[in-house]
Amino acid sequence: MDLERFLIIGAILFSIGLYGALSKKHAIAVLMSLEIMFNGINLTAVAFSRYTIPYSLSSTTTMVENASRFFLTGHVFAIFIITVAAAEVALGLAIIITIYRSRQTVLVTETSELKQ
Amino acid sequence: MMLGQGTESTIVVEIAFWIIAVSTLISAIAVVQIRDLFRAALFLIVTLLGTAGMFILLRAEFLAGVQLLVYVGAISVLIIFAILMTRDLEEGSLSHSFRLPVAIISLIFMGLCIYAITQTEWSIIGPELGDSSEIFANSIPNLATLLLRDYVLAFEVVSVLLLAAILGALALVRER
Repeated sequence: MDLERFLIIGAILFSIGLYGALSKKHAIAVLMSLEIMFNGINLTAVAFSRYTIPYSLSSTTTMVENASRFFLTGHVFAIFIITVAAAEVALGLAIIITIYRSRQTVLVTETSELKQ
Repeated sequence: MMLGQGTESTIVVEIAFWIIAVSTLISAIAVVQIRDLFRAALFLIVTLLGTAGMFILLRAEFLAGVQLLVYVGAISVLIIFAILMTRDLEEGSLSHSFRLPVAIISLIFMGLCIYAITQTEWSIIGPELGDSSEIFANSIPNLATLLLRDYVLAFEVVSVLLLAAILGALALVRER
């Protein structure tokens, strides 16, 4: 039950973030919901790396030297996700501020020029 | 597999887990429910802190530190700055008119995930694979080896991505 409860919390966090990202009008609220989704995914990756082993280690044919470090593969995934999330937030907030400067709104429902 | 070593520490870890889990989920719900965007950002910080606590419970202390530095230290400050800069047209974080179907879809997705998680037979690390707790206690050298030897291409690509994002953000917000 130790693995499952972390996975369930990750799934609930992801679903809360999904609801916020799809239902919010304010662009910054959408970005914050995206952060919650990223956190759910990170939690899932780290929980998997704590309690399970990568598939390549479970078969003894492809043994590498010091293969035990691959127990930390989930941590590497989480580090990459955090980096990409940081880049995404920096760029997203820059876009939001540019839109706010040029048309005085931050609602995603009112910036629909690309639709027409 | 136990989280702590002794019986008392297991109980303490158990209590800590439930406190962190409940506060994380409640503040995550508050982020998507509260009208005032600034308070929502403050609850987002609580959620990020709760995730850092979860990382510590999962023996990922380095990641907990990275989470604190990057998310709580940098991203939340960035978000709060953006909220303050766009505040004069404040009408709160409203929802679309189709929030009910979105809520139903999210609930169905969550139910499917929880069903799949509880029905799957996970192959938990067994004692026959050696002492894995030693790897997690001494994770930083192993992480460095993974990042700079096994995943070095992804590491370099992600650094170029970060540089491109910084340059793009600077070019976007520059006054013309």
